[in-house]
Amino acid sequence: MKTNIIIAGVGGQGILTIASIIDLAAMKQGLYMKQAEVHGMSQRGGAVESHLRISDKEIFSDLIPKGEADIILAIEPMEALRYLPFLSPEGVIVTATEPYINIPNYPEPETIINEIKKYRHVLVDAELLARQAGNLKTFNTVMLGSAARYLGIEMEALKLAITTYFSAKGEETVKVNLEAFQLGTEC
Amino acid sequence: MNPQLLLGAEAIALAAIDAGISGVYAYPGTPSTEITEYIQQSSVAQQKGIHSTWATNEKTAYEAALGMSYAGKRSLVCMKHVGLNVAADAFINSAVTGVHGGLVIVVADDPSMHSSQNEQDSRVYGKFALLPVIEPSNQQETYDAVHYAFDLSEEVELPVLLRITTRLSHSRSVVTQKAPRAENPFNPSNDKRKWILLPVNARINYARLLEKQALLIKISEASFLNKQVEGKGRKAVIAFGIGYNYVMEIRETNQLDFPVLKISHYPLPDQTIKAFTEKYEDILIVEEGYPVYEELLNGYFGNRKFRGRLDGALPRTGELSPDLLAKAMGVAGNTERAIPSVVAGRPPMLCQGCSHRDVFDELNAVFETYSVKHVFSDIGCYTLAALPPFSGLNTCVDMGASITMAKGAADAGLHPSVAVIGDSTFTHSGITGLLDAVNDHSPVTIIISDNSTTAMTGGQQSAGTGKIHNICKGVGVEEAHIRTIIPLKKNAETNQAILKEEMEYKGVSVIIAQRECVQTASRKRKATTK
Repeated sequence: MKTNIIIAGVGGQGILTIASIIDLAAMKQGLYMKQAEVHGMSQRGGAVESHLRISDKEIFSDLIPKGEADIILAIEPMEALRYLPFLSPEGVIVTATEPYINIPNYPEPETIINEIKKYRHVLVDAELLARQAGNLKTFNTVMLGSAARYLGIEMEALKLAITTYFSAKGEETVKVNLEAFQLGTEC
Repeated sequence: MNPQLLLGAEAIALAAIDAGISGVYAYPGTPSTEITEYIQQSSVAQQKGIHSTWATNEKTAYEAALGMSYAGKRSLVCMKHVGLNVAADAFINSAVTGVHGGLVIVVADDPSMHSSQNEQDSRVYGKFALLPVIEPSNQQETYDAVHYAFDLSEEVELPVLLRITTRLSHSRSVVTQKAPRAENPFNPSNDKRKWILLPVNARINYARLLEKQALLIKISEASFLNKQVEGKGRKAVIAFGIGYNYVMEIRETNQLDFPVLKISHYPLPDQTIKAFTEKYEDILIVEEGYPVYEELLNGYFGNRKFRGRLDGALPRTGELSPDLLAKAMGVAGNTERAIPSVVAGRPPMLCQGCSHRDVFDELNAVFETYSVKHVFSDIGCYTLAALPPFSGLNTCVDMGASITMAKGAADAGLHPSVAVIGDSTFTHSGITGLLDAVNDHSPVTIIISDNSTTAMTGGQQSAGTGKIHNICKGVGVEEAHIRTIIPLKKNAETNQAILKEEMEYKGVSVIIAQRECVQTASRKRKATTK
């Protein structure tokens, strides 16, 4: 198996949390992985992405070749489209629908959603589901849940990774995140 | 030992701890910052008492690392590529002295300039200093290479340069640890001829450094970091550092079988290179950075055998990618979708509530009363004020240049001549320039936008916190012209009046715009509520 994932968002939205959880799960399953991150200047409210590659064979490139991403997992809809050159012909866009507007020329959110609909897609009202789970901060975990079935990693491994990742923050945090993950998978 | 998921930068840090360093010295700079941060946060490093506090700049860092080596201990020094320009004096001369305890200098280059003002290739510095250079290709190799580099440094009694680039530094993969090695005993060198670079000694040392080159090549021939991937055909690839990853990605995905020579240890293994290049007719040279070795192999009159960044097979600038390699190797790339036109650019920007915002709003307002506006600025978050809506500065060149360029422009007749510099950049390289301005009574206004941290790289300790006023006073700025303002909307009127007053003053004035970085302040608040 081999899964190429682009995780996209805006600096400060915490896309690396999602990556870290997938990493933990993949490691637990004994898979090879590489995860390229963006640090530095772009983190100041700019567009950020992470290239995450999981495989049962050795991975050479830290970067995903264009046209080879199986999933674009975006926590912001316009950011999902920014990485379209990476999406494979059969690839899927899994994105939160809530726009993050920190620029004066942000396009009409509806235009963005219509554009996403031209491709294989899963649209997630992550804010609503995070509230349902009991904490708005579980936004990213909802998104992870929505992408889970495309990752090539077992659900149980992902749940275990969530438990491990949030365990330092207490039982309640683990519980709401598992709930958020579950709600995400139902999208 | 359990495998761990580590950034390339973190793999270096962990390896250095395991290789028995007694200290790391560094000034923050993307993409090198995480190395030192990892050591600062490591409980093992804390228990061992490994020195890890930040240095004021890369030169002080390098010299302290050299001092630790003089005392017999192993030391690590880390910086971004442009930091090596600052440390170059110490670096080049330390090749002439040589080292006692192992010294490894990690330099993180930034091809494509993700967070930098140029994409200089530190391997050139390695050649210039006549030192061994290690350029690993992946995270595990990086971990192993650090152990190897420390042993090598002690074997040949020279500093070893470990060169990485952004992509390796900021990418995670699984790393397995080796058994840790004990720190070296305290054992200062007594060899004065080695360390006193009077010409009489330096000539001898330099001759010895030249003599060592044959040994360095011999070691490189046997290095585990240089290897060949067997293959068929008349075409071949020589891949350097992480260029190897992209070459192998394309080779494996497309089931190609061309031979590959991977080089991650310099000076070049002469015999291996000669034998390999004689065997093939068409050789693609893949370097993540300048075409340093492509140029060398081509020779002055050129050799049509080699392709690479010089003949356009690969672009002359920027970092490599699997897509660029596919093209260079004549493999049809994937069909690539275009980014829809609806997608707007989202450049980085100053945080909401950031003190630099108020500084530039106020400065822009004062400049409305002047017909000419020239603001000399510097390296840091505030450089983002170059972008709209502020469009508030005219220059950003190198650490500390704001003050000295403002001075030079004032000497040429510019008035007002204003510099804006951050607190950490000021202590890094601004103080000496301020002394020049004081000694010349130059009519300059220096705004030190003091947020009490090194913000752009993630909020590291800033060397001058709480000391800025006294530093300026000590350098000789008249106390009446060292003004402190709190950059907040409610103070805008008062602050503008102070700015105007000092801009009108025909001498050196310093305005310290003091308000803590919103990021570090919010982190502190969270820590106290826990």
